[in-house]
Amino acid sequence: MLFAAMLPKVLAGCCIGAFVTLLLPREMVARWVGHESGMAGLAIATAFGFILPGGPFTAYPVAGAFLLAGADAGTVVAFIVSWTVIGYTRALVWELPFFGSDFVLWRMVMALPLPILAGVLARIAVRAGFPVNAPDDEARKEP
Amino acid sequence: MTFVINILLWLFVGVLALVAALRGRLLLHEGLRTGVIEFLHLLPRIGIGVIGSGYIAEVLPKELIAPWLGPESGLTGVLIAMLAGALTPGGPVVGFAIGAAALKGGAGAPQVIAYSTAWALYAVHRLVLYEVPMMPPRIVWLRALVCLPLPLLAAALAILIGKP
Repeated sequence: MLFAAMLPKVLAGCCIGAFVTLLLPREMVARWVGHESGMAGLAIATAFGFILPGGPFTAYPVAGAFLLAGADAGTVVAFIVSWTVIGYTRALVWELPFFGSDFVLWRMVMALPLPILAGVLARIAVRAGFPVNAPDDEARKEP
Repeated sequence: MTFVINILLWLFVGVLALVAALRGRLLLHEGLRTGVIEFLHLLPRIGIGVIGSGYIAEVLPKELIAPWLGPESGLTGVLIAMLAGALTPGGPVVGFAIGAAALKGGAGAPQVIAYSTAWALYAVHRLVLYEVPMMPPRIVWLRALVCLPLPLLAAALAILIGKP
């Protein structure tokens, strides 16, 4: 019963994922977050983490693209946390069947501030001297 | 509630399909095909997850859940739940299955939120398997560091606001 009730939602989620992947101009989003380093950058990254469909194979390359486009560490952290805690595919496909819509919606509301908060914390850590851009990362890759 | 969500989701699918169709028939077909194939791929995994969660619910030590993770357990319960979340192995199903079983077994909602948030964010296996190979290592460590307090904050918010 539970299984049958969730199938229409999962099918809808898969279709939304497929269309968003096809229609969303990723390069444009990367350019937005690259230029916006303030709170707006964190908000855009959070929104994008929410709508980006798919698993880790989709999310981390996008995060890498953000970095290449010039986004700061805080923006990238906000994006990954957003994808992890409020990403709709995960909630729809995996969480909803177990918890039901009331609990999931409530949990997502509680989790809503987390991506922005993580982004702000990351920026504070970088400002306090967390070595994000240490030169030895590149050096280590060279044999 | 479930019905409303279904309607909203399919409305959204309809809008996206319309936008795709306006850009060309090929895009519409491609989207529908990818969506349905993805759905068929997920089907057996979800089935296993739902059945498996029933077994997990049976195996969980119920007499321990209520005193350690119940609504009265407060901050201690939240911290225990976070530790349990960090120790739960990966995949998209296991954490939700255990969380739902614990909720049915008498765990408090904030404690369950702490558990599933910690499980999703700490995910050591995902960090090692996906994040480190695909991103600059220092960004990964920074991400892991700032995520440490987040399950606690989500649970605190849940305790403060309460479940409607």
